[in-house]
Amino acid sequence: MLRKTLGCFSLLVLVFSLTVSARAQSHDPLSLNAAGATFPYPIYSKWFDEYRKAHPGVEINYQSIGSGGGIQQLKAGTVDFGASDMPLNDQLLGTFSFKILQFPTVLGAVLPTYNIPGVSAELKFTPQALADIYLGKVTKWNDPEIASVNPGVSLPANDIVVVHRSDGSGTTFVWSDYLSKVSPEWKSKVGSNTSVNWPVGLGGKGNEGVAGLVEQTPNAIGYVELIYAIQNHLNYGTVENSSHKFIKASLATVTDAASGAAVQMRQDIRISITDASGANAYPICSFTYLLIPAKIANATKRDTIKDFLHWMLTTGQTQVEILHYARLPQAVVGIEERQINEVQ
Amino acid sequence: MSSNVTVVKRAPDSGSVRAFLHKLAVGDAVAHLITLVCAASIVLITSVLVYQLWTNSALSRHAFGWHFWTTQAWDPVFEHFGALAFLYGTVVTSVIALALAVPVGVGAAIFLAELAPPQVSDMLAFVIDLLAAVPSVIYGLLGIFVVVPFVRVYLAPFLESALGSLPLFKGPSYGVGILTASLVLTIMIVPFIISVSREVLLAVPREQREAALALGATRWESTIKVVVPYARAGIAGSIFLAMARALGETMAVTMVIGNEPRIAASLLAPGYTIASVIANEFTEATGSMYLSALIELGLVLFLVTFILNGLARLLILATEQRGGSHA
Repeated sequence: MLRKTLGCFSLLVLVFSLTVSARAQSHDPLSLNAAGATFPYPIYSKWFDEYRKAHPGVEINYQSIGSGGGIQQLKAGTVDFGASDMPLNDQLLGTFSFKILQFPTVLGAVLPTYNIPGVSAELKFTPQALADIYLGKVTKWNDPEIASVNPGVSLPANDIVVVHRSDGSGTTFVWSDYLSKVSPEWKSKVGSNTSVNWPVGLGGKGNEGVAGLVEQTPNAIGYVELIYAIQNHLNYGTVENSSHKFIKASLATVTDAASGAAVQMRQDIRISITDASGANAYPICSFTYLLIPAKIANATKRDTIKDFLHWMLTTGQTQVEILHYARLPQAVVGIEERQINEVQ
Repeated sequence: MSSNVTVVKRAPDSGSVRAFLHKLAVGDAVAHLITLVCAASIVLITSVLVYQLWTNSALSRHAFGWHFWTTQAWDPVFEHFGALAFLYGTVVTSVIALALAVPVGVGAAIFLAELAPPQVSDMLAFVIDLLAAVPSVIYGLLGIFVVVPFVRVYLAPFLESALGSLPLFKGPSYGVGILTASLVLTIMIVPFIISVSREVLLAVPREQREAALALGATRWESTIKVVVPYARAGIAGSIFLAMARALGETMAVTMVIGNEPRIAASLLAPGYTIASVIANEFTEATGSMYLSALIELGLVLFLVTFILNGLARLLILATEQRGGSHA
């Protein structure tokens, strides 16, 4: 019995020492840890993989645990950098014990999708109509707010079923940020965050949950991410931008929106690009960000992170459109290249 | 006699016996220690869990106090948080699910253990154990593709026309809602009740049945008056297990409940549960008050489970005492 127990212990010790030595070996190349947003995860994992191929010996591990989790881990110092779909405001930055620089990486857009039996036309939405639908003020599809900009479409007198995300998400942040900009009432009553206190509607989990609910429920309207809509061939409506043109969301119109905001980004890189100016700018879109500490004590890590950021802004940007992300406009790349120098 | 004495005297000197006794003592001590550690780990995990929930929810507890239990607001933007709507959704869905699942589950278990031919019983038991092992997201998909359309197209219009005068079944139905979530939960927990109850019923000693039959009871009488009461504690255990699963179920519920933190009189209206909102919002919760409120919801769920389990145990105790006085 005793011998058996001793045997078990020695086996455990052996296994443990093997694990430790295996870990020690894997630490020989430079290993960076990052955590955060799930929306850019496909492109980030592609980037980190491509970067590792180009720079053998650099391993970047990314855990897509959500923006909130990424911010918490960065604050606790358990990761080298974080990622967030939502720019960190001053209040949140104040909770950090060190300075954070935010680097936009790719662009995402959010669009309205709907299911009205008997209507196959592409609907046009004014900002006011979207805000009033989500506030519960416009309750029928044939309401003048919707019908007046959609002449020739016979809209039914049915109740609108409003669908939103139930999980906290960058998509909800962009949607509510947009509605806050175009509707003072939305701003004072609901506001913007990764999840909000919805005045009306049903919640679906994830893009697939919202799309599924919209598809299943007659007379429903919901909002989903552009990539999800492209990959699943969803029908979606156009949205009126600040130049009073109805724009359909696409990679090009999203990049146009970011170009329109570049001037203001010189003052504050965190500027929201919803409702951006520009004739072809799609109004409901946003950046997703990498959160990089401004001071990195370990010189090797610092240089690698700076090199990766530069690579991401150049080579990396050529790879984003295959995965249906909109690329950064050149003006924004320039601003970010200058910000890389602030990492010390 | 003298030889006996020499044996007794020589025994302590004998190395092999001493080693054997020593080994036994050490073995017992080791076994005792290992099982003690196992038992202590349960206490440790529970206390660490409560401690973590308690300390990490400090911000929210201090800000809202008891109002957290009595307000419906859930506003991450303006940071007003209350648990009432989630509490309502959790308790109502679990109670409805149990009310539907207990009769079905116990009934099926009685059939399988007492009445069905052994081959049929074993085969069905195998299928039921498979059902109990299906991941909850699969039940959620079943909910979305089968239960939700069924409720929207057939059940809700029927309930509204038959019982529409009650506030319980008023208002528009989108298919998703409290009732749909309860139905999906029912489907999920019935296998637990059947599986455990059947085992417990099968474990009732043969003599109990034979004694009842010998006294002139019919087969059904022996089942319902002797076997089921004998297995009562075990059946209650299966119901506790089912209740725990219903209270804590996250994935399947969030897929079909509509995820609206509001209390509506109608069961057809959308609702929300504690486990679902934590799973939905925890990863993207950025502010510290928001995070703290979500953790306090975890504390609330812990307490609710504790209270409901306690109540159920009291109920069992009460019925057992009544049964005892009859006997």
